Amino acid sequence: MRFMFIVKSAHRGPPTPALMEAMHKLADREIKAGRMLDNGGLMPMATGAQVRITDGELSVVDGPFVEAKEVIGGYAIFELRDKEEALASAKQFMQLHKDLMPGWEGTCELRALASRAA
Amino acid sequence: MTAADTHGAILAVWRIEQPRLITSLARMLRDVPLAEDLTQEALLAALEHWPATGVPEQPGAWLMATAKRRALDHLRRAKMLERKHEMVARDMEQEQQAMPDLDSALDDDIGDELLRLVFTACHPRLSREARVALALRMICGLTTEEIARAFLLANATIAQRIVRAKRTLSESGLIYETPRGEELSQRLSSVLEVVYLIFNEGYTATRGEDWLRPQLCHEALRMGRVLTSIAPHEPEAHGLLALMELNASRTAARTDTAGEPILMLDQNRALWDQLHIRRGMLSLGRACELGGAGGFYALQAAIIACHAQATTADDTDWSRIARLYAELAAAAPSPVIELNRAVAVGMAEGPELALAIVDRLMNEPTLKGYHLLPSVRGDLLQKLGRFEEAQASFELAATLAGNKREHDLLSRRAADAGNAAR
Repeated sequence: MRFMFIVKSAHRGPPTPALMEAMHKLADREIKAGRMLDNGGLMPMATGAQVRITDGELSVVDGPFVEAKEVIGGYAIFELRDKEEALASAKQFMQLHKDLMPGWEGTCELRALASRAA
Repeated sequence: MTAADTHGAILAVWRIEQPRLITSLARMLRDVPLAEDLTQEALLAALEHWPATGVPEQPGAWLMATAKRRALDHLRRAKMLERKHEMVARDMEQEQQAMPDLDSALDDDIGDELLRLVFTACHPRLSREARVALALRMICGLTTEEIARAFLLANATIAQRIVRAKRTLSESGLIYETPRGEELSQRLSSVLEVVYLIFNEGYTATRGEDWLRPQLCHEALRMGRVLTSIAPHEPEAHGLLALMELNASRTAARTDTAGEPILMLDQNRALWDQLHIRRGMLSLGRACELGGAGGFYALQAAIIACHAQATTADDTDWSRIARLYAELAAAAPSPVIELNRAVAVGMAEGPELALAIVDRLMNEPTLKGYHLLPSVRGDLLQKLGRFEEAQASFELAATLAGNKREHDLLSRRAADAGNAAR
């Protein structure tokens, strides 16, 4: 099963160097173990835009989006056996934040990708 | 959380942590089968304690501390005579007092130790079945029950295989060795064979009721990726991974909603998984960069890549496929490969040339009873307008087919050829 992990936080600014390093190590281990297929961090909101439909009208809003509370900071694609494995993996990832960036709050949302492959 | 949830959560953590545990213990004890026993004890301890306490915040550290404690106990119990061992034990005790935190755990480079583990689990001295079971258990962290379910066998059968295999390793003194250089490449082929066997076991069973079988493809893919990271300079490891990724890309397109198989040329290519294809092409590229374009797995991957890269079935580069099959046949002569070459030649250059190849195979003893031989021959005869011969060939193929659905398909083709003859 493929899962997408999406990390969201209201915290602005980059991770601490210690967290950054630990995340790199974890990603390296997950790639070598054949579980992580792809991952990436997202640039600040100012680099993005939103294309919206409201009241049947299409509009473009350039970033940063002042009203946004939690912002997506990064994502990863995993190939895992089941949701339990995804949970174990996400917990480990979040534990790093807890240990290495005290005060940080946020969410790692994991979702199964609509399945086409084994 | 229900008990079943906790059990599942523990096994999930286990699969993630197990490679680091077993490699650490193997290094400590210099004995892979023993390290396997003791890491299993750590799993049992987790299964016993965590349902009551909950999964700890640092489950990896907990498991590692538990496993190392078992290893220490073992060393003590064994009352090692040599001072050397006492020193090892003292070091370990000191090491253990500083509880391993997650960060240093991530620092461990277990590549070499994992390679040792893989080579031990897939030792050529062991039977193929034993190698498969040991690999799934020691490298993928599957439990005996999970392996048994995947192969539709009794738990006791798998448990016995594992016990016997470990005993064979211990008795032969093969408990802790790493091949290097020339021997590494040779021994690697035994490892790759096991991984490919596991993949195929999963890949050929696509039926809905065998839902655990795709799991085998998944485990094999994982193992393939692990191998390319711990033996990055071995082209055939990349070649095998490419072959598996490319084949796995077609999984969703291989059956219709009723579970009937769909032949590759009739598949909806929009269902082919582009991430698998991209990864497969990368691995194939790596194999070629390392000078392994002519390898057994790389050549097969290159053939599948021709299909993967054709936007429609008509775009397939059959001449290239025929050339690759010729190369493969030269590298690893086999009548089955020759038959596949005939199909490609038939598509590239017409049925006449292909029929000549197939006719040369008709007396091949290893293909006696192989239904695809008369099936391919029937197809070529049909294309040449020799309908009566085609009918007879399809009929023969139908009687040889073991699978009911294939039998029916071939009978239909025989009837069609018979109608065309009239």
